[in-house]
Amino acid sequence: MKHLLGIQGLRRGEVERILDRAESFAEVGKRDIKKVPTLRGRTIVNLFYESSTRTLSSFELAAKRLSADVVSVKSAGSSVDKGESLKDTVSTLSAYDPAAIVIRSPHAGAADLVSRWTDASVINAGDGKHEHPTQALLDVYTLRRQIGELDGKRIWIVGDVLHSRVARSCLLAFKLMGAKVTLAGPPTLIPRGVEALGCEIAHDLDGLGDADVVYALRMQRERMSESFVPSLREYAVRYQIDSRRLGPRQLLMHPGPINRGVELAPEVIDSPQSLIATQVESGLVVRMAIIYELLAGTDRERPDRGPAPAEPPTIGQPA
Amino acid sequence: MTAPRNDLVRRPGEPADLVIRGARLLDPRSDLDAVRDLVVRGGQIAEFAEAGKAPKVPEAEVVEAEGLLALPAFVDPHVHLRTPGDEHEEDLETGTRAAAAGGYGAIVAMANTKPAVDSAAVLGSLRERAERDASIPVGFVANVTRGMAGEELTEMAELRDAGAVGFSDDGLPIASARVLRRALQYQLLAGGVIALHEEDPELSGQGVMHEGEVSAVLGLAGIPAVSESTAIARDCSLALYEGARVHVQHLSARASVEEITRAKQAGVQVTCEATPHHLTLTDEEVRSLDARFKMNPPLRTEDDRQALIDGLRDGTIDCVATDHAPHSLEEKEVPFEQAAMGVTGLETAFAALHTDLVIPGTIGLELLAERMTSGGEPFGIAPPTIAAGAAANVTLIDPELEWVVGEEGYESRSENSCFAGRTLTGRVLMTVAGGQVAFRQRSFAMGVAG
Repeated sequence: MKHLLGIQGLRRGEVERILDRAESFAEVGKRDIKKVPTLRGRTIVNLFYESSTRTLSSFELAAKRLSADVVSVKSAGSSVDKGESLKDTVSTLSAYDPAAIVIRSPHAGAADLVSRWTDASVINAGDGKHEHPTQALLDVYTLRRQIGELDGKRIWIVGDVLHSRVARSCLLAFKLMGAKVTLAGPPTLIPRGVEALGCEIAHDLDGLGDADVVYALRMQRERMSESFVPSLREYAVRYQIDSRRLGPRQLLMHPGPINRGVELAPEVIDSPQSLIATQVESGLVVRMAIIYELLAGTDRERPDRGPAPAEPPTIGQPA
Repeated sequence: MTAPRNDLVRRPGEPADLVIRGARLLDPRSDLDAVRDLVVRGGQIAEFAEAGKAPKVPEAEVVEAEGLLALPAFVDPHVHLRTPGDEHEEDLETGTRAAAAGGYGAIVAMANTKPAVDSAAVLGSLRERAERDASIPVGFVANVTRGMAGEELTEMAELRDAGAVGFSDDGLPIASARVLRRALQYQLLAGGVIALHEEDPELSGQGVMHEGEVSAVLGLAGIPAVSESTAIARDCSLALYEGARVHVQHLSARASVEEITRAKQAGVQVTCEATPHHLTLTDEEVRSLDARFKMNPPLRTEDDRQALIDGLRDGTIDCVATDHAPHSLEEKEVPFEQAAMGVTGLETAFAALHTDLVIPGTIGLELLAERMTSGGEPFGIAPPTIAAGAAANVTLIDPELEWVVGEEGYESRSENSCFAGRTLTGRVLMTVAGGQVAFRQRSFAMGVAG
């Protein structure tokens, strides 16, 4: 793998390899010295055109744990603010010869474009309402650790699917790993035609009891003024996940940040079924694993360093 | 009946003297379909002769055209020449050269320029520039509303007297039914068709592509087909009520074709057009998030495309229009949502439709020739014909020549072709527009009779 631009196009085997590597980084994380020397001397640029707390800090820390040099460029106060085009910014940053560029953009397809303008590996940290693949991978990782393989598991993604890149990437990732996915929310917030991705659609939570996992999405307050929902009160009455709706055997996830009392009732956020804190924890090791996969993965071709060395002869195996 | 007007303007030039030998002459309006020699003298079609039997004409250029196809030169009712204001994207010289390279003998230029063509002064200066720069005849529309703001009417009667071939705020819909109704009423005085970009801005919102499965997958805001079809329904009702004549631009959706069918049955004086890209591509192309596939109206579904083809075939759609919309590279080399809407089309229109619709047998060559030459009629531009005595408007095509779009660059100043890199079959080799040779492929050899 050279880039991670989206879940679309990934194979199950590739996802599993990343998740397995994340498991081993989780072991490293329990040691006193949490750093590995893999990427010593290599540079990773975080290029963030949207504000972000958890994704940016998680990427910064992941790169540092791998001993890379990290530069984070945020849009506010940078040349980006001065009207520089994405293309020009990327070529400027490429002058530092980064091994990877991590990009978050309010526009779909930005990561894909960047990958055409640089020799670095590109990681999509969220492009518009399109994809957020690292979030989806950390969610699969979190679930896999909790309940094992996702084959046949039923996952409900509840809320503002229309405006959610997390919903799109998670839907693709959960399905790739064998789960059955239902998208639930008010008809105004479920994109027309999304069932083409192979999921069920629900406009009420009557069937939520069948779910093994409930994945709630953030409900932004400005959606009211755009007539997507009449009020947050009515939204909460219909779609809020509370202790009445969430059964004791069901797991709860949320990509954060949470609007307490809107999409989630306070009591479920801190309930034992909630994986929300674990998701953040997983973010670090999964992002380490992704960076490792792209920059140091064994199957990666390295045209810049000539062909990969031949496989060493196997010892002790019948020929 | 008033005398027919000729509001087209172009650069003065040498009238053509040509002997085009052995081409298949095809004119859908005169039932002409035969291999003949064609003699053009002083810019007019002088005579036909049995293939190989054309008389020697002193000083005439002899064009060896065996195996080639000669059609009446095309007429495009919908071109953006970006002048005045965005000459870095296109000007009258490059735009008309691109048109001639696509086989066009006349075009109608839209008025969403900077400044917009909302006064006789701007229109007059444009026409003067065309007399200097345009290699083929150009008709200019003027705006319906001042500054294209959709609020106050332009001085339509004066603009008409100053040479406007019609009126349009294309690029933007006329959102107010009241304002459009006044314009339709005023047409009784001013004359001139009103060409409509049909879209309900409330329904289109911030949309950047067709609303459907692909937009759902990509997380892009969609422009629903009903944004176009409801606007068409409203405006056709208004045109019927006022007895006015309208031309609906760039149909993109099945629902729109159905609205036009109903309107025509109800007696509305309405004509309409469809573009080569809407007739050959769908929103599946947008999966690549390549801004070359971003235009308004957007590429829609295969079902919509089929409805457009059916409409073109049965005459619901009167003509092909390119909506040639040049944009500079920096407006397209950005994420899809930020990119400008619009694609070029003049140089690829025939080849794209020939490759995707005629060669597979979806529509006949004669039908395509008819629809590509009738675009001027709503604007009072008579369709060209290959007949003795007529002004020479002929496009000479190698129907079997394969070429890669963009490989040799473009005549247009802009490169935002949605067919870039595609291998198309059928290429315009020479265009005679309004009696003058307006374009010749560099590789196309010719000789002069002794």
